[in-house]
Amino acid sequence: MKINSPLEAYKYLPQTNCGECGEATCMAFASKLIDRSGKTSDCPPLIKEKKFAKKLAELDRLLAPEIRQVTIGVGEKAVNIGGDDVLYRHKLTFFNKTKMFFDVADNMDEAAIVERVNSIANFRKFYVGRNLLLDGVAIRAVSNDPAKFAAAVKKVAEAGLPMIFCSFNPEVLKAGLEVAKDLNPLLYAANKDNWKEVGELALEYKVPVVVSAFNDLDALKTLAKTFAEAGIKDIVLDPGTYPTGKGLKETFTNFLKIRRAGIMGDTEIAYPIIALPFTAWMAGISDPVSASYWETVMASVFTIRYGDIMILHSMEPYSTLPEVHLAETIYTDPRTPVSVDGGMYKVGSPTADSPVLFTTNFALTYYTVESDISSNGIDCWLLAVDTDGIGVEAAVAGGQLTADKVKEAFDKAGFDLKTAVNHNTVVTPGLAARLQGDLEDKLGANVKVGPMDSGRIPGWMEKNWPPK
Amino acid sequence: KFDVANIAEWATEIQEVPIGNTSADGGSRGKRVMLGGEKALPFYFDAPMPNRNQVTIDVFDMRIGLAKAVKQNYDEVMDSPGEWAKKNVEKFNADMITIHLISTDPLIKDTPAKEAAKTVEEVLQAVDVPIAIGGSGNPQKDPEVLTRAAEVSEGERCLLASASLNLDYAAIAEAALKYDHDVLSWTQLDMNAQKELNRKLMKQCNVPRDRIIMDPTTAALGYGLDYAYTNMERIRLAALMGDDELTFLMSSGTTNAWGARESWMVSSPLKEDSDWGPREYRGPIWEIVTGLSLAIAGNDLFMMMHPTSVAVLKQITQTLFG
Ligand code: B12
Ligand code: SF4
Repeated sequence: MKINSPLEAYKYLPQTNCGECGEATCMAFASKLIDRSGKTSDCPPLIKEKKFAKKLAELDRLLAPEIRQVTIGVGEKAVNIGGDDVLYRHKLTFFNKTKMFFDVADNMDEAAIVERVNSIANFRKFYVGRNLLLDGVAIRAVSNDPAKFAAAVKKVAEAGLPMIFCSFNPEVLKAGLEVAKDLNPLLYAANKDNWKEVGELALEYKVPVVVSAFNDLDALKTLAKTFAEAGIKDIVLDPGTYPTGKGLKETFTNFLKIRRAGIMGDTEIAYPIIALPFTAWMAGISDPVSASYWETVMASVFTIRYGDIMILHSMEPYSTLPEVHLAETIYTDPRTPVSVDGGMYKVGSPTADSPVLFTTNFALTYYTVESDISSNGIDCWLLAVDTDGIGVEAAVAGGQLTADKVKEAFDKAGFDLKTAVNHNTVVTPGLAARLQGDLEDKLGANVKVGPMDSGRIPGWMEKNWPPK
Repeated sequence: KFDVANIAEWATEIQEVPIGNTSADGGSRGKRVMLGGEKALPFYFDAPMPNRNQVTIDVFDMRIGLAKAVKQNYDEVMDSPGEWAKKNVEKFNADMITIHLISTDPLIKDTPAKEAAKTVEEVLQAVDVPIAIGGSGNPQKDPEVLTRAAEVSEGERCLLASASLNLDYAAIAEAALKYDHDVLSWTQLDMNAQKELNRKLMKQCNVPRDRIIMDPTTAALGYGLDYAYTNMERIRLAALMGDDELTFLMSSGTTNAWGARESWMVSSPLKEDSDWGPREYRGPIWEIVTGLSLAIAGNDLFMMMHPTSVAVLKQITQTLFG
C-alpha cells in the first residue's frame, strides 16, 4: 500500500457521508480501506458514478498491496497467494496463508494418483471453530511425455483442487493446459532456457506462471521484468530451494532479500514466492522419518519467512499437522479478538438430565471444549464465561475466572440450576479446580472438578455421570 | 540488477552473555557457552551472527510424569539427577543442563533448600558443561531454594531460573551477584512487563547487563505460539533499534510444546479429524517446530527434552547460522 493514513484515502472518496457502504462517514470507511477490512468496491457511488472514475483508479493503485496477489485454480477451492504489505505480522497482519500443495508424479498408476489426491482433498484438522486443510496438487511430469502428463492432469482435475503443473518442457505444459482449460493452474516453471515458450503459454491460456532462476536474483528479476513487460501479471518467483547446508542458508537469504525489496517498493520483484521443501527428499537422508522431519523443518522456515506457496511431498500426519498449524499461527490476524460471546450454549440436544459445564470465552478454549464434547456425541449445557477472551489457566491466574464471574454468567444467561436441570450440578475445568469450594457457596450447587484437558471429558463422563 | 539495502535502523547490538566458568574464569566447567551479540534478526544477511544457538536439556530432581515419547529416553536415569545429566551430555549432545528443583514445591515434596542444593552439587560433579538451575515455580520458596543453590555453585556462573515480577526477584539478583551467576528474567508474554523487570534488575538490583537473559515465555504450536512468536520478534526488533531495556538475549522453555495435545495424545479426540498418526513421531516434531519458530523470531537458548528434537533443532539452526 502506498498510503497509510485514513486521511490520505479520504481525499479520493466522494465525501458525502451517504452511508451506503454501511459506515456512517466517508472517514470511517477510509479507515477500513487502510486496515484492509474494506475494499473500494464497497462504496457504490465511487464505483457507479463516472465523475469518480479517475479517483477510483488512483485510489485502487494507492491501496494495492505491495506484493501482488495471485489466484490459482477456480471456484470455491481457488487459492490466493501473496498480497502482503508488511515484513512482520504485528505491523498489520499477513494476508493469504501459505498454501500447501502436495506432489503426484504423472508416472504413478491411476489408482495411486486417485488415492493420493483424495487424501489431500479429505485432510482436515479442527482448530478454533474451523478446519485446517491442504490446498492443492502439484503434478510432476516425471515421464516428460505430453500424453502421459495430460492423462494425469485429467485424473487429478476431478477432485477440483487447484493444481501446479511441474515441467520445464513447454510441450508437456501445453498438453496439460489443453485438458485443463479454464482451471487456472500455476505453471512451474519458466527459466532461462524455455521462457519464451512458457511465457507464450501463460499469455495464451491466461494462467499464472512461476519464473525460476536458481540462486541468481539478477536473472530472476530480469525474467520477472521481461514477463511483466510482455503483459503477464500473475507471476510467482522461484529462487530455488536447496535442502541442506550452505545452499539452504542461501535460499533463506534469497527469500529475505526478495521480500524486503518487494515491500520496500521494488515493484519489479514484488511477487509471491514459491518454496520447494520436497527437495528434502533429494538430500540423501536415508530414513523416511528423518527426511519427512527435514521437509517439515524447511516448510516451517519458509512459512515464517515469506514463502507464499510450497510444494511438499510427505503426507504423514506428523508432517502435515505441524505444517498447517504453523501456517495458521503465522497468518492469524493479531488484531482480531479471538473470543466467542459469553453465554449458555447447547451442545447436541441437552435435557434436564444433561450435564452442565463451564469454560471461558477464549475462542481456542471454547472451540476446543465444544468440539471435544460434540464430536463424542455428548449432549450438555456449556456455559462460556466472559473472561475477556482469556483461556482457563491464564484467566484463573489473572482473576477473570472467579466464582463470582461464573455466577454472574449463569444469572446473565437466565439459567437457573435449580429449575433448568434436575441434578443441580456443575462441572468445572480441571485447571479451575481451586474455585470449587467458593463456587459451591456462591451457586448453592454441587460442583464437580472435571479433567485437566477437555479431550478427556468423554472418559470422565463415563465414570462420573450421572452424579450419584 | 537485483539490489536491496541493509536495515539502517538496526544499529544496536544485543548484549553478549557467557554461561559457565572454566578454570581460567575461576570455575570448574570444561567449556563456556557464549550467547547473544547479534546485530540483526537471526540468520539475516545484514550482519553475521556471532554466536550459534545453544540447547540445554532438562533434568528433574525427582521422577515426574512425562509424555511417553520423552520418558522412554530417560526412564532408567530418572531417579538419579547426576546420571540423567550425564546421559543428556554424553548421549544427547546437550550444550548445557538445566536442573529443575521441582521437588522443593511445598505441594510436591517440600524438599528443604539445603537438600536441593546437594542435587545441584551432584549435577555439577557429574557433568562439566554449564548449568541452569530452576526452582519449582513456587514464588514463596524459589528465592530461598535458588539462593542456596547459588551458594553451593559459587563461581560456576550458572543461570538462575528465574527472577519474575511475582516473587522476590531482588533476592535472586543478590544471589547471582554474590556467587557469580547469571539471572533469567522471566515474564509472561508481555513486552512491557519484560521491560519493567529488566529495568528493576538493572537499576534496583544492580545486575550488570552481561548477566541478564530473558525468558518472555513460550507457548506451544497451536496453543498460543502466535503470541509467543510475535512477542519475541517485537522484543528483538525493538532491541536492535535501540531499546536498551530489551537488548538481551532470549531463552525459551521449548518443552512447553509437550503440553499441546497434538504432541502427546494417542489420537484425535475428534472423529471428524483426519488420522493423527503415531504420536511418537508427532511429539518430537511439535517440539522442533515450536523451537525453530522462536529461533527465527530471535530466541538464542532452548530448554528442551526429546533427543530427536534437540538433534534436529541443532541441525537446522546450525545450517541457518552457517
Ligand atoms: C497464551 C497464554 C497467555 C496469553 C493468554 C491469551 C488468551 N487469550 O488466553 C496472555 C499473554 C494474555 C497470558 C497472560 C497471563 N498469563 Co498466561 N499463559 C499462556 C499459555 C502460554 C497458554 C495458555 C493457553 O492458551 N492454553 C490453551 C487453552 C486452550 O487452554 P485452556 O483454556 O486451559 O483450556 C484447556 C483446559 O483448561 C481444558 N478445559 C477448558 N475448559 C474446560 C471445561 C471443562 C468442563 C473441562 C473439564 C475442561 C476444560 O481443556 C482445554 C484444552 O486442553 C500458558 C502456558 C502454557 N500452558 O503453555 C500461560 C499460563 C496459563 N499463564 C500464566 C500466567 C501466570 C499468566 C499471567 C497471570 C501472567 C502475568 N503475571 O501477567 C497473565 C494473566 C493475564 C490475564 N488473565 O489477564 C500461567 C498460569 C499459572 C497458574 N497455573 O497459575 C501459565 C500456565 C504460564 C506459567 N507456566 O506460569 N497468558
Ligand atoms: S458509500 Fe462511499 S460516499 Fe457513501 S459514506 Fe461510504 S464511503 Fe462515503
